[in-house]
Amino acid sequence: MIAEIGQLLLSLAFAASLVIGLQHLWGLRRVAAPGVDLAAANRILGTTAFLTFVLVAASFGLLATLFMGSDFSVLNVAENSNTLLPLQYKFAATWGSHEGSFLLWNLMLCGWTAAVALASNALAAGYRARVLTLLLVLQAFFLLFLLSSSNPFERLLPAVAEGRDLNPLLQDPFMVIHPPMLYMGYVGFAVAFAFAVAALMEGRLDPTWARWSRPWANAAWSFLTIGILLGSWWAYRELGWGGWWFWDPVENASLMPWLAGTALIHSLAVTDKRDALKSWTILLSLVAFALSLLGTFLVRSGVLTSVHAFATDPKRGIFILSMLMLIVGASLVLYALRTRDIGLGGRFGKVSRESFLLANNVLMSAALGAVMLGTLYPLFAEVLSGRKMSVGPPYFEAVFVPLLLPAAYLMAVAPNLRWKESTLPAVLRPMLLPTLAALLLATAAVLWLGPFKWLTVLGLTGALILAWGTADHARRQLAKLSTNGDSGSLGARAGKLGASYWGMVIAHLGVAAFVAGVSMVKSYEFERDLVMKPAETVQVGSNRITFIGVDQGSGPNYVAQHGVFELTEGEGKVIYLMEPQKRMYQAGRQVMTEAAIDYGMFRDVYVSLGEPVEPKPGEAASDQGWSVRIYVKPFMAWVWIACLMMAIGGAPPCSIGATACVAPLRRPPMQHRLRRPRRPEHGRTLAHHPAAAGAHCTGSGLRDWPAARPAQAALSAG
Amino acid sequence: MIKSPTRRKRLLWIVAIAVAVVATAWGVIRAFNDNMVFFYTPTQVLAGEAPSGRSVRIGGMVETGSVQREGLTISFRMTDLKHSVPVSYTGVLPDLFREGKGAVAQGELKSGVFSASEILAKHDENYMPPKLGKDAK
Repeated sequence: MIAEIGQLLLSLAFAASLVIGLQHLWGLRRVAAPGVDLAAANRILGTTAFLTFVLVAASFGLLATLFMGSDFSVLNVAENSNTLLPLQYKFAATWGSHEGSFLLWNLMLCGWTAAVALASNALAAGYRARVLTLLLVLQAFFLLFLLSSSNPFERLLPAVAEGRDLNPLLQDPFMVIHPPMLYMGYVGFAVAFAFAVAALMEGRLDPTWARWSRPWANAAWSFLTIGILLGSWWAYRELGWGGWWFWDPVENASLMPWLAGTALIHSLAVTDKRDALKSWTILLSLVAFALSLLGTFLVRSGVLTSVHAFATDPKRGIFILSMLMLIVGASLVLYALRTRDIGLGGRFGKVSRESFLLANNVLMSAALGAVMLGTLYPLFAEVLSGRKMSVGPPYFEAVFVPLLLPAAYLMAVAPNLRWKESTLPAVLRPMLLPTLAALLLATAAVLWLGPFKWLTVLGLTGALILAWGTADHARRQLAKLSTNGDSGSLGARAGKLGASYWGMVIAHLGVAAFVAGVSMVKSYEFERDLVMKPAETVQVGSNRITFIGVDQGSGPNYVAQHGVFELTEGEGKVIYLMEPQKRMYQAGRQVMTEAAIDYGMFRDVYVSLGEPVEPKPGEAASDQGWSVRIYVKPFMAWVWIACLMMAIGGAPPCSIGATACVAPLRRPPMQHRLRRPRRPEHGRTLAHHPAAAGAHCTGSGLRDWPAARPAQAALSAG
Repeated sequence: MIKSPTRRKRLLWIVAIAVAVVATAWGVIRAFNDNMVFFYTPTQVLAGEAPSGRSVRIGGMVETGSVQREGLTISFRMTDLKHSVPVSYTGVLPDLFREGKGAVAQGELKSGVFSASEILAKHDENYMPPKLGKDAK
């Protein structure tokens, strides 16, 4: 019964999104939308958004209930769960399958739509109606896909006695939250997409548009960053290969929207502050979501064979592909038709903060193009010529480093440039000495660590300059406040710079840490496969690893061969007992390697257990040797911490403090102007406000929005 | 002749950007070309279709009873049910490497033996290399 109710709720949500969405899409097709009662339209759209969210959430809850109760009369449960599965994984199995994960995708989309409905009262009614309409139409599309080809509630009759189990690879506490985070990111770009398309429909874009779009794009980007981080960290721990990024098409599928998103959040910042790069920002908003859909298509259609491609049902692939074509095609056509109305936006000099941000945007886009080539070309080549081919990590590394390392250098300079027009010598002169110092420091470090590689030097120098440039900029901004007569404490002055500024500082320091971490781990990682016998010791760097032996262990749903290694330093002081496992999951009889990792700030030691090696004739069975893989990964932790810093720095309260800005801009009597026949523009109502009016004439780069200061200070203080 | 200095400057910019774009595209495509790895079946390898001196992938099934280990070095035969190629590899194998199951090896063909630098086993117990999948069904 539960399954049928769940399906019914989904159908209702689909019907509501479809009817209300299409009805309003038709009603709002004209720019001026004459004869539409916008207040009423908004009420209906808002209510529908909440309603569909509640319906899909309830349906998701019912699916989770089915999983928790191991109801094997439901196909999805029977295929992806098992009575032996620990309770938390039974719950996680709800989104462990294609069907369940797509339900999660829909839940997130409905969640974002409801959040937009909740937080957009201050938007002009016509614009808000368009955004909500577009989001509802998207919901209808995806719910249709879910119901027609991926129904998570499909029955299996007669029921089976025991389920097939959740893929053991996914039985990991952090893997449980990886898909929700990733989807929050993917789907979150739908909001920026809807904002952009709504602006195109209106044929106009003003500075407040970017201010409204920014927090949503930032939120999506932060979630996506966390999702990718968790996926990568999981691969590091679970796959037993010691790698953390394999340039697998599935990983690239998430990296592409991330790169577009990174470009987008920066381009949005320029549009917000300077009213420039308008067309480009709109295009990136479309592209980021298109790439999220492409990622979904690649991962879910089964064109890729991997742990993510749950099923190879061509119907699904074709459905997603046509949806992708329709949504992307329509939005790009609209873009082509309307981009002239939007205009390029404010002009700026060749040396200015805008131009540097644009340069980094271009580098990001080039990197994006390179990833796309490497990911899609093999697919096309196979379809067209029937030849199967791939490009491996060497290609991506060869392309990525020269494209993105310069970005780190530009990032160090950009905050020091003024908006609009600036001069390089004035900015570069104070950086000269630190740059030389960084270069010397990096060279010395690389010489000391040896072997000497220029790329490592360039990487470390870039990281140092970026860290220094970012920190020094913050220091000077604080000093500037006190020379301008601010006698507040350091904390108070830091608060005045705004959460948005500190978010940027944290994220950019994160990038510096990332560049440093990757340079170190790529240059100095150490890998060794060897056969070890009990009591044998191997020296790895400054540590030694002694193999104690292998015994049998077991877990709730697996049996394991449990290895024990001692990690010692100096005179045999044991610093960590490493216990890698080779697990056999009972339900599916799959074998899984569980690596043992000793995490450290400056190095990880990583041991994974291979297979027992047949003893040679005459050797005792107790002397059983094992093949073992050992890695030492310097600065690996920096990569994870760096991603976390980027995600935190990009998070919306930091990105702009837009939530704090909502209060002063909100005008309850707005409804009275909504029925004006010509464009009830959000921008016009906002532009009258002193806060918005003052926003675009100051060029200090410190805080371009003076009126927002008290709110921002309050935000940082709270 | 372009007289106006602003026009000349603009032209210079356009040329510079065009050169940068072309150089980048050229670099990317070259890197792409150098790192393309083609996939062959054992039958194709025996027919001499796979180039030597260049990294290629071969895929098929690990022939039952063919796996021999000596310490870390393993040798086995990769088969597409018509022909088979001897493969040797040194190192720790992925979890799903088993006799009678699908696998992909990347490496080079050296005097009749495929010397693998990497063995890939897809993390799916039902995985079959696509070509073999079509044939075997």
